[in-house]
Amino acid sequence: MTTTAAGRTTGPEDNPLVEGLERLPVHPTALVIFGATGDLARRKLLPALYNLAHEGALPERFGLVGNARSEMTDDEFREMAIESVREFSRRPADEKVLAKLFSDVRYLPGSFDDDGVYEGLRTTLAELDEIAGLSLNRCFYLSTAPTFFPVIVDCLGRHDLAERDGAEVRVIIEKPFGRSLEEARDLNARVLSVFQEEQVFRIDHYLGKETVQNVLALRFANNMFEPLWNRNYIDHVQITAAEDIGIGSRAGYYDSAGALRDLVQNHMLQLLSLLCMEPPVAFEAEAVRDEKVKVLRAISAPRPEEIPDIAVRAQHGRGAVAGEEVPGYLDEEGVPPDSNTETYAALRLEVHNWRWAGVPMYLRTGKRLARKITEIAVTLKPVPHVAFQSDMSAGVRPNVLVLTMQPNEGVSLSIGAKIPGTRMAIRTVNMEFLYGTAFLSQSPEAYERLIIDAMRGDATLFTRNDEVEAQWRICDPIVKTWESMPGPLPQYPAGSQGPEEAKQLLLGDSTWRMI
Amino acid sequence: MTTTDAVWSEQDTSPSAIEEALRRLVAECHASMEQCVPARTLNLVCVVDREWSGEIANRLRRVGRYHASRTVVCTVEPGRRTLDAQATVSVEANTRAGEFAAMRELVIVQVGERHLRDIDSIVDPLVVTDLRTAVWSPHGHPEAVDALTTGRAGGAPLAQVVLTDAVDEPEAETALTRACELSERSEVVDLAWLRCTPWRERLAAAYDPPVRRHELHTLSKVSVRYRSDSLVSGLLLVGWLCAQMGWRPDQLTRHGELLRGRARARRGEVELRLEPVDGMSAPGLAGVETRSDLGTMLALERGEGGLTARRREPPSRRGGDAFEHVWTVLGASRGEPGILGEGIRHALMRDPVFKPSLAAARRLLG
Repeated sequence: MTTTAAGRTTGPEDNPLVEGLERLPVHPTALVIFGATGDLARRKLLPALYNLAHEGALPERFGLVGNARSEMTDDEFREMAIESVREFSRRPADEKVLAKLFSDVRYLPGSFDDDGVYEGLRTTLAELDEIAGLSLNRCFYLSTAPTFFPVIVDCLGRHDLAERDGAEVRVIIEKPFGRSLEEARDLNARVLSVFQEEQVFRIDHYLGKETVQNVLALRFANNMFEPLWNRNYIDHVQITAAEDIGIGSRAGYYDSAGALRDLVQNHMLQLLSLLCMEPPVAFEAEAVRDEKVKVLRAISAPRPEEIPDIAVRAQHGRGAVAGEEVPGYLDEEGVPPDSNTETYAALRLEVHNWRWAGVPMYLRTGKRLARKITEIAVTLKPVPHVAFQSDMSAGVRPNVLVLTMQPNEGVSLSIGAKIPGTRMAIRTVNMEFLYGTAFLSQSPEAYERLIIDAMRGDATLFTRNDEVEAQWRICDPIVKTWESMPGPLPQYPAGSQGPEEAKQLLLGDSTWRMI
Repeated sequence: MTTTDAVWSEQDTSPSAIEEALRRLVAECHASMEQCVPARTLNLVCVVDREWSGEIANRLRRVGRYHASRTVVCTVEPGRRTLDAQATVSVEANTRAGEFAAMRELVIVQVGERHLRDIDSIVDPLVVTDLRTAVWSPHGHPEAVDALTTGRAGGAPLAQVVLTDAVDEPEAETALTRACELSERSEVVDLAWLRCTPWRERLAAAYDPPVRRHELHTLSKVSVRYRSDSLVSGLLLVGWLCAQMGWRPDQLTRHGELLRGRARARRGEVELRLEPVDGMSAPGLAGVETRSDLGTMLALERGEGGLTARRREPPSRRGGDAFEHVWTVLGASRGEPGILGEGIRHALMRDPVFKPSLAAARRLLG
């Protein structure tokens, strides 16, 4: 046994050199990207790998293998990867690092069910091990359409690529994880027939955002909020994920998904879980995810007859965004003219547990709304008695704590304050904490954090199988009910606050916050 | 970045007048542009010779995104008896609608040498209360650093962090002794130590795979090569290995330009070797090589796009000839402005390993 100077005792199986390092080593790894020429790979994954390389955060030995249907040589894939980084990286590329990163990249063309691809993969991965002189961990990143997830997983299993002596094998799966509860269960069963749950990393990139993780910091690193964080003090919660943009070129995907599947089932329920969960015993994958799942389980699956009262859907019509005329959803290219897909969804949920019983949780998301914003607003109950004269106390409003994820990441608390003057007149002012002004560093892209966590085997920021199913248990009845109802859907003008119908969800005197 | 600046200046002024002007500038900026918000992260107090203040200003401008939220530069002019000051509040000009713009505040105070011993009384009103304060004095002036890091009448010191670059000190022994002394009362962020960080990360990573960890405990030789002015970085790296591995180092002995010595590990002795090299453009380390009792060797050298790594394994492991792997450990050079930026960022953090490494490095010199 050795005692380090900082007082830690280490044995021969420990590595005392990691103590105090900001960036912990990641085991040498080969990353295989299925769908390596797709939009996600080009815009996010390859630039994320570059930024990790730039910062010296990639594993000491790192191999990259791409697969997609396009016929391409290693050299052509290398050129594509380099161009993707130049175009989409958050920082200008250092050409020397860029060239080195992709210098030995491999590309295997072929469809996802092509046995030849997997035989080629076995050979390529064995070569990379040989070059490194040790068994590299293997990470398979499924950056493909969801229909291919089970196909790829089955093939990896059949070709003995799902496990390896002396190294870890992991699979990273992009959302959406199924289109319904049944599909999610089926997909989980198929994935878990090949991999163990601890090998599976289901990405919800919201969890990789610094400001989403900051929800946990705010709640569990500050004593001032916890005493108020319950039904006794909180009146209601509004979670908003609004976008001012339309569907762009994603008509094919979006029209089959809709707002509920696209954002509510995953990202917004993640935010709700983080906001409502009990303190975990440790900031470790299982402890955190156990608490999140408990929240989801405490939300009843809505009965069909309840759905009109707790869920609203709508489609955006024509309107103006940022001074420009924009078409309605049904006029977008690639959208069927009789589509009943919602571009707006709002829900009222309740978490039936001791802490939250009776507190309405409002969730809304939509395309082509007034502006882009993602926030959680926690509205406290009003003070029990206003002692100030009524004409001067109009500004006495319930406190609202707003956690903004984008675009101005930070925390804002509205409080009542006296207007300067001879009378006791009250108005609401905001105490603002802005992430960008309080910390020196630029936040890394969510994918950088998540890729390195997956390579390290830290699943804290990934979605567990029971969590996915618990999310679908809530959303599935709504999806099914909506699909069974004829259109047309209520409309809201592009660039507006959303449909009038959303107001019917609100209880008491509550109003939706301005987007 | 294009900025809009609000500027105030006054000759023969006082700290309270400067502080009042700063408050006014911040309020004016906010009134003229509601998106402006004051950044509140770190106070950085720089004590610099007036004739070199331009170079320091240039270095501070190039640190990139890691800048202090309020920077107070005290330029020392021999013979000066009064204070002249200029305060500037800068805001990014091209902020998009709906976004906030953080203000940066810069105060330049011209002081005389006579002011240095009590410089804390000048700086105190100029820093944002409750924020961490770091002091950086690249041209010496230890009396100013002492004044800022020693509380008056037993009170808390104004600065909690000392930013230093041991490479600036001609004698390594003096640099390490001073750093040890400062680290007793403040947190020290030494740029010479930060230059070692990529090497520390890579050594840690090289021995991190479970199949390699046992090798770490069989190391028999460590060789470090450094630019001739950067002996301190070499000593700190070796000191770090000694501290973390529990090795007890003897004093190094000089053989021409080479420093050699031994450290006692649990299994036996580890040979230590530090050697200067010519032709390096930037300060810091040129290479590190470790050898083990098992016959393995790992060498890390500066290279294009990162560090060039070389690992040699003895014949017995593969049954045939000895073999060698060469690869690049990816990482972009941060450059000297980047190192200073890292130093500023580290002023917000705590490094539990630096102090023991520093103490071990100091022991290497006897």
